[in-house]
Amino acid sequence: MCRMSDLHQAVLAKNDTGAARLRADLDGRGLLLVNLLSSPGSGKTALLEAELTLARERGIPVAALSADLATENDAARLARSGAPVKQALTDGLCHLETHMLARHLDQWPPAGTRVLFVENVGNLVCPAAYDLGETLRVTLASVTEGEDKPLKYPVAFGLAQLVVVTKYDLADAVDFEEETFLANVRQVNPGVEILRTSARARTGIGELLDRALAAADPATVHSPVMACDGERHGHHHHEHDDEHGHDHEHVGEHDYVHDHVHGSGLADMPDSEALQATRR
Amino acid sequence: MHETSIALAVVDQIEQRARQDGRTSVRAVTLRVGELAGVVPDALEFCFAQACTGTVAHGARLSVEAVEARACCSACSGRWSVGMPPDLCCPVCGEAAAHLLSGRELEIAAVEWGEPAATAPSPEEPDPCAV
Repeated sequence: MCRMSDLHQAVLAKNDTGAARLRADLDGRGLLLVNLLSSPGSGKTALLEAELTLARERGIPVAALSADLATENDAARLARSGAPVKQALTDGLCHLETHMLARHLDQWPPAGTRVLFVENVGNLVCPAAYDLGETLRVTLASVTEGEDKPLKYPVAFGLAQLVVVTKYDLADAVDFEEETFLANVRQVNPGVEILRTSARARTGIGELLDRALAAADPATVHSPVMACDGERHGHHHHEHDDEHGHDHEHVGEHDYVHDHVHGSGLADMPDSEALQATRR
Repeated sequence: MHETSIALAVVDQIEQRARQDGRTSVRAVTLRVGELAGVVPDALEFCFAQACTGTVAHGARLSVEAVEARACCSACSGRWSVGMPPDLCCPVCGEAAAHLLSGRELEIAAVEWGEPAATAPSPEEPDPCAV
């Protein structure tokens, strides 16, 4: 036995295995999980409150879990909709990980709930790296944040299966250059759908809910290019082996390679078929 | 800064491996980090040293192999380095990329242990890695 081990082990393997397990569990419960990512102050909570209220009016059982570093303010706002709501406090951590989410979902939300919206910690960097077992990943940006947000946070926008523009009623007031924004989204995530919403002006309310319900059919869900790593899957072991002239032991690599948890979850699925397959 | 969580995940996996193989120290760890992994190597190096403190990897050297992000076209056979911020539309024909060829890696490539494993190599087959 030598002193080198080629591990080829995904750093986030534990999270990704947990996410795959949670995805299967939620699928069995008929529960669709929507992971909402945005920067702080983008208007996620206002939009979500409007979506929850509308769902209640339509008789669609929905629930929401809001993650924040501190305070239960968002949960209190969302609870006004009448939907079951939980607050997850991360105690200072900048993102949710699967095990943190899963412990809230043991006996909750109530049986029969169709859609669970998870409002991730307001942050466009860290939450992007963590698959939470979601059915649909949504990244939001308000018109006040600037058209170049998708380029500044390419991973958050690049892995989104739906992009939502919020505070659209302010677009003219802040000279929001919509075409530039759309081009920037396309640059990092060609083909992703972009919704225009305003919670205040009631623009586009209900569209997020519709997309969430439609995601029950995986064929309708967009597969971001950034989430498809095609040829690399299964090949880099050989490339890596060639780089070393001595005899390493190879450990652990096949435990996860074919289980779609290689690398960081969603983003490392080999192709769109695999992406869909894990969501059935 | 999720690099702390990433560093802790790395150390956790190394400790698990060390326990399995009876290793007690680590000299170096090599990570492969893609351009689009959403991880800042400098921040990761800073957090890694902290995460290793008091573990089997205490004092281990970290090397990060940066992996360039490359994509291939869905329409023509174009392949390109996507750059930063990435451009996932083909520079030749403008169509969307079919998929990434590389760039999302976030993995522990190799670990150099401080001593050979508990199981000694047989005399007929000398350890090719022995220093």
